[in-house]
Order: sequence, then C-alpha cells, then structure tokens
Amino acid sequence: MQDNQTILQIKNLDISFRTNAGVVHAIRGVNLDLQKGETVAIVGESGSGKSVTMKAAVGLLDSNATVNSGEILYTYEDRDGAQKTVNLLSLTKKQLRTEFNGQRLAMVFQDPMTSLDPTMTIGKQIMEGMLLHKKMSKEAAKARALELLKLVGITDAENRFRNYPHQLSGGMRQRVVIAIALSAEPDILICDEPTTALDVTIQAKILELIKDIQKKMNLSVIYITHDLGVVAKVADYVNVMYAGKIVEVGNVEEIFYEPVHPYTWGLLSAMPDLDTNDDRLYSIPGSPHNLLHEPQGDAFAARNPFALKIDKKAEPPMFQISRTHFAATWLLHPDAPDIDMPRELKERIERSRKEAAKYL
Amino acid sequence: MTKYVLKRIGMAVLTLLIIVFLLFFLVRIMPGNPFPSERMNDQQIANKRAEMGLDDPIPVQFVRYLWKLLHGDFGNGTSLYNGAPIKTVLSTCVKNSFRIGGMAVLLGSLVGLLLGICAALNRGRFLDGFCTVVSILGVCVPSYVFLIFIQYNFAYKVTLLPYFFDQTKFLHSSVAPVVSMSLFTMSTIARFTRNEMVEVIDSDYVRLAESKGLYGSRLVSRHVLRNALIPIVTVLAPLIVDLLTGALVVEKIYGINGIGKLMVDAIAGEGVDYNYVLALGILYSSLYIGVMLIVDILYGALDPRIRVSAKGGVKE
Repeated sequence: MQDNQTILQIKNLDISFRTNAGVVHAIRGVNLDLQKGETVAIVGESGSGKSVTMKAAVGLLDSNATVNSGEILYTYEDRDGAQKTVNLLSLTKKQLRTEFNGQRLAMVFQDPMTSLDPTMTIGKQIMEGMLLHKKMSKEAAKARALELLKLVGITDAENRFRNYPHQLSGGMRQRVVIAIALSAEPDILICDEPTTALDVTIQAKILELIKDIQKKMNLSVIYITHDLGVVAKVADYVNVMYAGKIVEVGNVEEIFYEPVHPYTWGLLSAMPDLDTNDDRLYSIPGSPHNLLHEPQGDAFAARNPFALKIDKKAEPPMFQISRTHFAATWLLHPDAPDIDMPRELKERIERSRKEAAKYL
Repeated sequence: MTKYVLKRIGMAVLTLLIIVFLLFFLVRIMPGNPFPSERMNDQQIANKRAEMGLDDPIPVQFVRYLWKLLHGDFGNGTSLYNGAPIKTVLSTCVKNSFRIGGMAVLLGSLVGLLLGICAALNRGRFLDGFCTVVSILGVCVPSYVFLIFIQYNFAYKVTLLPYFFDQTKFLHSSVAPVVSMSLFTMSTIARFTRNEMVEVIDSDYVRLAESKGLYGSRLVSRHVLRNALIPIVTVLAPLIVDLLTGALVVEKIYGINGIGKLMVDAIAGEGVDYNYVLALGILYSSLYIGVMLIVDILYGALDPRIRVSAKGGVKE
C-alpha cells in the first residue's frame, strides 16, 4: 500500500443552482483531499452542501446545477498501470459513466428502501455493473455476485440472489446496495448518509461492514453524514461544512478533542451525552444560512455567540493550526481576543479523553 | 402466479354474474314498451308478450334468460330488425367497431408512448412543451370535432378520403374515424407516460443505476420504462374498452354500423328493445371485466411486488 498518495482532490469547487426563487449559491469554494486507503468524513447540517459536493464528483448533479469553477482531480492507474490524473468535472456524462462510475467511484445512498429497482431481482442488480464494466460471462458474474452477497453478510445468498428488493428488510437492502457499489471493484466508495434511514442496532453493523470491506479491498471512503457518532467511529479525517464551505478540517482527534471553530463547538455540544449534569440538550440557535442570499462576512456569524465585529464584515480565511488541522474563524487571528470553547464542552472533552485513555 | 391468475378469473366470473343479474332487473323496471306500439295493436302486443314469455314471473324469466345465455344465445330482438336473432346483428356491428376501435387503440397508444417518452427524455425543452400542448388539445377537443375537421379537409376540399364509411372499402374509409378516435387515447397516454417517466427518472434507484455506470438507452430500457409502464397499463385499460365499444357520435356521423349506433337505436328506437339493451350491457361489462383481468395479470407479470408474496423475506 502506498502511503500519502492523494487519490481525490477537490479544489476550489463552486456550484450554484437555478431555482424558482433565484440562484442558490450552494457550494462556495470547497477544498478537500482524500488519500488512498483513508476515510474522510464530511459533516454538516442539512443543506450545508455536503451531498452536492460528492454528487458533483460522480456526475449526479441535478440538471439545474451549474459548476462555476473548481476542479475535482482523480488519480488512478489505467489499464497499463500508468498513473493518470483527470479532472472529473471536465468529462462528458458518457465518459464518466463508461469509465468512472461504478468501476472507480461507487456510491452508497441514504435510503435503502428506495434505492433498489423494485422490478429487478437483487442478483441481477448486482451483476449489472460487472457485466457492463468487466466484460465477464454471466456465470462468472453470478459467482462473483454470490461472493459479494456473502461478503456483505447476507446468509442464504443463493436464495436471496433471486429475491426482489421488497422481500428484504432495510438493513439487508443496504447490504445489497453496498454489494452493488463494490461489484465493479471501485477505488473510492462514497457513502451518503448510509445509516440515517436504518434503525440504531443495524447502523453499527453496517458501519462495521464498510470498515471491514475497506480494509479487505483497500478502499478510500468518503462519508457524508450529520451524525458525529458515525464520524467518531469511522473517520480518519473530518471536514466540517457550513453554508457551502468547509469551516474546519483535521484528523479525528483534533476535531473531537481540540476543536477551534465555534460551529464545531456547537455541533459537538449538540451531541447527546450520558455523563452530563445538564438537563437540556444543547442545540445551535437559529437555522442554517439561506444561500439564496450571498452571506456578508462569515455565514455563521448570525448564529455564533462568539462572533466578533469583523465576522459581520469579512469572511475569515483558513488558519493553519497543525499540519493537518485548519479552521476558518477570526478567533484564530493573532489580534483576536482570547476566547476558548464553552466550559461544558471542555469538561465533556476531558471526560471522553479519560474514558478513551482507559481503553488504550 | 397460477394461483393469482385463477383467483382473478374466479372474481371476474362472479362479477359478471352479478352484473347480468342487476342488468336484467333494471331493464324490466325501465319505463316504456318493448314493442313498437305504433305498428302493433294491443292484441298483437299481448300475443307477442305471451310468445316471448314476458308475462311469466320475473325470476322465472331471469333463470330462463341465464340458461339461454350460458348456451351463447342472446335471444331475439323485440322491436329492432323485426325480431331477427341478436347474435347475427351483433356480430356485424361488433366486427366493425372492434376493427376500427382496435386500430385506434394501437395507433393511439403507440404514438402516445413514443410522444411521452420523447417528452420525458427532453424535459423542460421544446419537445416537452410541444407534447404537452398536443396532449392537452387531444384531451380537450372531442373526437367528432376532429372527424368533422378531417371530413372537411380531406374528403371535401381534397378528395383523399371517402365522406362516409363504406363496408366495401374498409381500410380506406377507416382512416378518418381511426385517426380521430385515437387522438384522445394518444394524448392521455402521452401525458401519463411523460409524468410517470419523469418521476421514475428522479427516483433513487435510477440514481443508483447511474452511479453503477448505466446511461442512455440502456438505463431507460432496463430501469425506467418497466417501472413507468406499470401505472400506464391501468389507464390504458378503460381507454381500450371505450374505443372498442365505438365512439357513439363518431359512428353516427361517419355512418358506421357499429355497437355505439346500435345502443342508441335500442334505447331510442320505436320501443325499448329489452334484449338488445341487455345484450349490449353484458357485452360492455364483459369487455371491461376481460380487459381488467388482462391488466391484473399484466400487472403481476410487470410488478414482482404483486407476483411474489413477501413470505421469502427474512428480517435482520
């Protein structure tokens, strides 16, 4: 395994949507790196643009979307083993579908109840990608599909192969969706809230499964989620997204133990916690910025109890904290007053640090 | 699947029986005389009633009628065609109506499907808007207006088509009624196909198929069409029956000897012809039931959720 090889690099991505109400500037300069074999999570509230960013990479943007600028660079080995880098945004839909979708970038969607074709057996749906990309015989594809079904933890694969989606439970369907995503041996697996629609007991199983498969197949995984619990379980790096921008990025320890952006503080405080004395669950005040209107200054300022005067005027640049840790908040500016995270959050982080130390 | 089909057939037969029962009694309650009173005196009518068994208790008449019906006998007319056997009269009319109606169905649904698919695949563009306008026109304007339009332009101004229906030049004289009758079906199917397809194209499973690398005609034929067709089958069924049983006004205007015209004559003729009304009622109903039966079976073939029960499903 090669270390530190960037496989996907999103540079300065900027996307807007034409709607009846006007132009929504949904993605406002997103940068993101994914290294081979790593897991990156994109966290944010609904409408922060996390799904749109990844949909742009796989060519599934709705027809009213316009990519204003930016690149999504994907590095891969072609059939002769030569290294190649291509900007996915510059490809035609046909090129993207025939050469990249499925066999290089695969996607697992949020709702397994609706993401399988109700009129096709799951076996056929798994085989479809293989027959399309791998030029396999039907028998070979079937054998491989059965293998995949077993890999994703479906017992009685031979019978399940002939089942229709409605004959399976939600958890099983998500396993099938994962099997479909893996069928043409992709390099990158994009999981768009893969456990949101599942009940809690199944969630953990599915996350374990993806983790397990990632190791076996040396996949790079991108998680799109609003669930910090999921992030803590699976991610190496975390990107916190707000109003179409990444506001804080770091490895998982940095984000959970040393967060610096007030928005990340809010997200962490809003996580339910068993050991707290508070009788109320914190929630970030207000609602996400409406991107129909270009924000003035920092988009989070209106909801930010720690906002400085400058937050209302100018958008903060990315400040570097460590080699891997960056955040876009004026609080990091040398001239900024010394504001630390809320006391409750600090105590909580202390507690979880101690908790974690027990297991080391 | 066999069990499913048998169950549907059983239900269909039962429904038809109930309809025959209701029809029979309703016709007897209807006001009016079954015989042409202007041409027959009271004595003749009384004789005729006795001869046809109309003076017997109604339940007895019903059993007798049902018995004959089971042997494929609709009886004789009471006033129409001087009491000729209904079977012979009906067969000519049915043949005319079915042939013209069948062609109209075929033309309408094929063109409609095509238009709908084109519109859905070009959503929001010119072709989509064009199809919408055409289909709204087709639904709003009655078929006989189109017929008159065709008669005026292609029979009167340019003599391409005959003015009226001519049994000896069947195909040639069918063009006008077939085209005008197919427009409603075409428009309905086009509109429906377009909306269903658009919905399926936006569905999560089509997005998954795209993320697998499917695109273009392969994506449409494998994942979109089949899912969009299921509801279309349901709207198509009543349209087919409507067309097969003949558009009343179109048959009248174009002088086609079909069942639509026959129905009007049976009710609004010299007398209310009990047996014709009954026979036609049964014909309409059995057509509806038959087509619905086919639709149900087609549904099962198209949609595994109906065909396969969920008993094989195991919860995690």
